[in-house]
Amino acid sequence: MQILVLIKQVPEMEKVQFDAEKGRIDRKSAGVEVNPFDLNALEAAVKIREKLGGSVTALTMGPKRAESALKEAAARGADRVFLLTDKNFAGADTISTSAVLSAAARKLGDFDLIIAGEMSVDGDTAQVGPQTAQFLEINHAAYVSEITSVSENEITVNTSLWEANYSKTFNYPLLLTVTKDLNSPRLPSFKDKMKARKIEVEKLDYEAVKNQLQVKEVGFKGSPTWVENIVVPQKIERETKVYNKNETEKAIADLKEILAAKNLMEA
Amino acid sequence: MADKNKLLIIAEYSQNRIHPVVFELLNKGRKLADKADLSLSVLIAAADNIENKELNELIYHGADEVQLIVNKNFSYPDEYLFKKAILNFLDSKQLEIILIGATHFGRSLAPGLAAAMKTGLTADCTELEIAEDGSLLQIRPAFSENILAHIKSNTRPQMATVRYQEFTRAVRDESRKGKISIEKITLKENKSLKKVEKISDQKINITEAEVVVAGGSGVKTREDFKMLQELADIFNGVVAVSRDIVDKGLMPRESQVGYSGQRVKPKLYFAFGISGAPQHLAGMKESETIIAVNTDPSAPIFKAADYAIEGDLYEIIPEMIKKYKKS
Repeated sequence: MQILVLIKQVPEMEKVQFDAEKGRIDRKSAGVEVNPFDLNALEAAVKIREKLGGSVTALTMGPKRAESALKEAAARGADRVFLLTDKNFAGADTISTSAVLSAAARKLGDFDLIIAGEMSVDGDTAQVGPQTAQFLEINHAAYVSEITSVSENEITVNTSLWEANYSKTFNYPLLLTVTKDLNSPRLPSFKDKMKARKIEVEKLDYEAVKNQLQVKEVGFKGSPTWVENIVVPQKIERETKVYNKNETEKAIADLKEILAAKNLMEA
Repeated sequence: MADKNKLLIIAEYSQNRIHPVVFELLNKGRKLADKADLSLSVLIAAADNIENKELNELIYHGADEVQLIVNKNFSYPDEYLFKKAILNFLDSKQLEIILIGATHFGRSLAPGLAAAMKTGLTADCTELEIAEDGSLLQIRPAFSENILAHIKSNTRPQMATVRYQEFTRAVRDESRKGKISIEKITLKENKSLKKVEKISDQKINITEAEVVVAGGSGVKTREDFKMLQELADIFNGVVAVSRDIVDKGLMPRESQVGYSGQRVKPKLYFAFGISGAPQHLAGMKESETIIAVNTDPSAPIFKAADYAIEGDLYEIIPEMIKKYKKS
């Protein structure tokens, strides 16, 4: 099985500071990490390789510092790692990102399976997976919470759509986007980390995809959407009525009246 | 009407109903269409003929035109097949705007449609406006809900998926008139999808409840959730949980509130033993009234709540049940 995992490096969301006054994201306030959902994608890929053999390739598009995300992917089991980096790729929205990722996927080999996280925690769009599948003209399954069986010829997954759970069995090639329910990513061992330090991050620039994409189809130029403005909403802090631990009885009595007044008690 | 450009809503028909988000999109869509001088159409793909009575509801709620395409393979959610069928059917020349409900299926289907049409798509919008230049301003949360991005597209159609329960339902007006067309279509089989079956309906639907009684890590066992259920029953509400309860395997994923779970906007939200991580707050902060109970008065949930009670949920819930239950 030849498996490709799509990775994104994102800010550590718990630490990022947002400036409500200036409407700015202070990216320097936090470090970077691999998008948490992508770790589930990678873990799934490594498990399939452990069962069926083959290889796992990790691919990301980003600035040079995204190398560290690929090193981590290697520590977690990726056999080869590729970084798409070029000033022409900068400013990409989901369509031009997907166009470049799919072009790179075509160039790198015949993948049976492509796996990505359900979304990135900075973009929150969940669009790059399905759009990459569209550019590759293959099927995809989104919101995959379980892989129930996998063989050389087919894969069966559970996905939640239409307010129900569906089991779907596909041929390859196929692209999956996966949720956190899929698995618990293993932590890399010290040995894995040491091995990953030596792995070479192979770089791909615009030259690598120029047979497939014109310059105007990548990066900002290839992006039909753009962010006109960013607003950091003021933190909504409610006016809280606090009852301390000696006032619980009063709290319960007060709330009975308040909820009755709001017509919530009649049921 | 024929010469007007279109605002098209692609409707989800699932669980034997037109998904309720469609009626919210009709509300917003009507306003946008009037402002930008567009006609408002709804496209539905379904496995069987939908009764005229149901299609008429779309007209009564604001649509000028309803197009139904029918094929037996629309009986299961196959994004690849729906995408092909919709692309075949659409005449993109007249399309100014396409809106799709940001359900799982909508968010899985829309990106492929947009990529095939080489047009921009904005995910999970919470507000839409017609800008002064006549284009669609698409507003959406990003960075794990920490910011609101204002986005525009320089291609047509301008596409957006729109969050469920963000807009109110359109007002029903039975005097409204519109055109309904039904077309049986043929489709090539999707050979890559070998088998598909529904395993189960999601039994728990916390997003539509008016009262949500949520428990977090302060709730110790599966058995203890019966106590929360008993309180929920008093309010005709449902029980929900925070992520760590799902991680511990105590309750199913469908009942999880938060960034990686469901977003809820009930009239009343109880948070028992939930500390209030930003990921949890993202899923419930818009509730009308929030009551938090926690032993730790410094828990962040207290700042997000209207009423914060410092105390042990194991003492407070039974007391609430006793006091609030109709005798």
